[in-house]
Amino acid sequence: MTMDHFTKPTPIQKKYLTPGVIVLILLALNGLAFLALRLFFGIGSVTNLNNQYPWGIWIGIDVAGGVALAAGGFTTAALGHVMNRKEYHAVVRPALLTAMLGYTFVALGVTIDIGRWYYIWHPIVFWNGTSALFEVGICVTIYATVLYTEFLPIVTERFIGHVALPGPLSRLDGVIDKLLRALERGLSKVMFIFIIAGVVLSTLHQSSLGTLMVIAGPKMHPLWQTPILPFLFLLSAISVGFPMVIFESMLAARSFGMKPEMAILSKLGAMTAPLLGIYLAFKIGDMFIRETFVYLTVLNTQSVMFMLEILLGVVVPLRMFLSRGVLKSPPLLFIAASLTVMGVLMNRINNFVVAYTPPYSFGSYFPSIGEVSVTVGFICILVLIYRAAVMIFPVISLPDKTLSPRARYTIRG
Amino acid sequence: MARLDRREFLKSSLVIGAGLIGLSTEAQAGPKNVLSPDRMGVLVDTTACIGCRNCEWACKTAHDLPTNPLASYQDKSVFEKMRRPDDKALTVVNRYANPKDPDAPYTVKVQCMHCDHPACVSVCIVGAFSKQENGAVVWDTDKCIGCRYCMVACPFQVPAFEYETALKPNIVKCDFCAARRQGGELPACVETCPAEALTYGPRDELVRIARDRTKRYPERYVKGVFGEYEVGGTGWIYLAGVDFSALQFPKLGNNPAPGISESIQHGIFAYFVPPVALYALLGALMWVSKDWPEGEDEE
Ligand code: SF4
Ligand code: SF4
Ligand code: SF4
Repeated sequence: MTMDHFTKPTPIQKKYLTPGVIVLILLALNGLAFLALRLFFGIGSVTNLNNQYPWGIWIGIDVAGGVALAAGGFTTAALGHVMNRKEYHAVVRPALLTAMLGYTFVALGVTIDIGRWYYIWHPIVFWNGTSALFEVGICVTIYATVLYTEFLPIVTERFIGHVALPGPLSRLDGVIDKLLRALERGLSKVMFIFIIAGVVLSTLHQSSLGTLMVIAGPKMHPLWQTPILPFLFLLSAISVGFPMVIFESMLAARSFGMKPEMAILSKLGAMTAPLLGIYLAFKIGDMFIRETFVYLTVLNTQSVMFMLEILLGVVVPLRMFLSRGVLKSPPLLFIAASLTVMGVLMNRINNFVVAYTPPYSFGSYFPSIGEVSVTVGFICILVLIYRAAVMIFPVISLPDKTLSPRARYTIRG
Repeated sequence: MARLDRREFLKSSLVIGAGLIGLSTEAQAGPKNVLSPDRMGVLVDTTACIGCRNCEWACKTAHDLPTNPLASYQDKSVFEKMRRPDDKALTVVNRYANPKDPDAPYTVKVQCMHCDHPACVSVCIVGAFSKQENGAVVWDTDKCIGCRYCMVACPFQVPAFEYETALKPNIVKCDFCAARRQGGELPACVETCPAEALTYGPRDELVRIARDRTKRYPERYVKGVFGEYEVGGTGWIYLAGVDFSALQFPKLGNNPAPGISESIQHGIFAYFVPPVALYALLGALMWVSKDWPEGEDEE
């Protein structure tokens, strides 16, 4: 680690509203309008779902895609905190924020997709141990709580010494400051428990998400249906973690007019290559063992989507991450990371939507304008909250000559 | 100092581990899934069915679903398109060509198969489905959250959903007239069928009857009883005069549908050992990689 390169998480000071942000707000409002329709007139009024195709992009993108792309949270936590690799600490907080918001929207996505949204709490009371969905639901709930707990120290850090309540309430400032300090001390003692739990919970539900579709059996196209689906889901989630961090760091840097942290990002890129390689090996190996390559000789939506997912989403970025030139070049690194992110997102859409080919159908499923609007709207709201959060809380690291950040947790000693 | 911390770390790991194991024993308490030897079933003889659709009418009437008068069911034009059970009809009859006799097409009644190892019971996130002693697979409206995983999982693509309902949409499927049968009545369709295409009885007995019929009338039936072995056996079983695939029966293996995913689930969660082991492993890794105060890491 280079000692002269100290950075410190700092709230970004920029104007919130830009033309781009206004576009995001409009798209968010459009999504909310369709969401209102869904709440008042039922799922059928907004979506193209029916008895043949019970799950659409709200499950494929909002839930499955969301969980996969929030994998930056647990992969960087494993790298930065568990393995204690200090040079990566600058990316741990942004990845944590993304994961926290990501899981919040996964939960929202599930809530609006289920027919009886007001019963979303039922799985906490009524258990079914044989259901993969039950396991995913419980793990995601606990993990979201863990993520919020992991974020708490960032909140205390922001307000300790800065508590200034308005008017007569200001008499409480001292008390609140003391409470925050106590909370911070307590948290930093036990935080390692949450960090390890977060990694364990992630491996559990990332894989169980793959188990979900196994029971659909022959309703799922053989290119994707395999008993090792949970393992493939876990491998792909692990390999998309760092690319997602690269992707969002570079986007954030660009949007705030800062230089991307290439020193860290290219190392993350280099580490992605072997992870993607392992994933590709199992994916191809599975294809040969089950001899499903025969389905690639037929030209249909499924075979085209499978090829796109593998070539554009895995093979090309893998080749790119292996090249020194790509790792050194911000635009090329960004392209490689974006392709990986797209590839895993496509894989989730393929598994949950494209591969689903029920025996009795009267047509195929394609998302409606309402479904797309709600999904896009949710993503926009997530970005808007992210932007606000990095302006309020110390999340993104800026160069700092004087201080070394206290941002890591180890087992206390 | 270091030793004390190690002990503390171990302690908290143990607490978490114990908590998880406690959870796992609780989680075994899933939905009711009884496979009684006396469970009832129905034998559907598609070669005897005359396609009168009286069963469709009787089913709707018995379940308080809106229906046109019985006379309107004489309309044979509905057979031109394949139909599936949905939220307004728990059972439907479809017509298929008879290669042996074009004037006597086959008609096939479709409804929930009341599987012996139902996928819907296995997957329901809140355990809203259960298999009862009497053979019926039923759904509990008070638990269901409307996630539609049961629809994704059912190998016969049976459960339907009320997509147009904003508040409390239901999952809808044949309930094997569980309530009527409790009162000693026959299932509505069986009671009404004029052609004796539907036989109600203990499932294992029905399998024997069905096998016997195929043996005695080989010219009338193709070999095999659909549902005897498919997905581990179903409560409703079928006899046919042509290959079952010509009547659009799905091609399914003999393993229960929940088999693979349940063994994956149990593999990952075998008494929570794998997650707890992973937790310990990561804890050890974190312990080893922590910043050691100088002088302490060299022993
Ligand atoms: S046919 Fe489908 S809905 Fe009926 S019991 Fe079997 S799995 Fe459940
Ligand atoms: S829709 Fe209802 S019955 Fe079906 S799996 Fe979900 S909670 Fe269970
Ligand atoms: S009532 Fe009996 S004969 Fe008539 S359609 Fe139904 S099963 Fe066939």
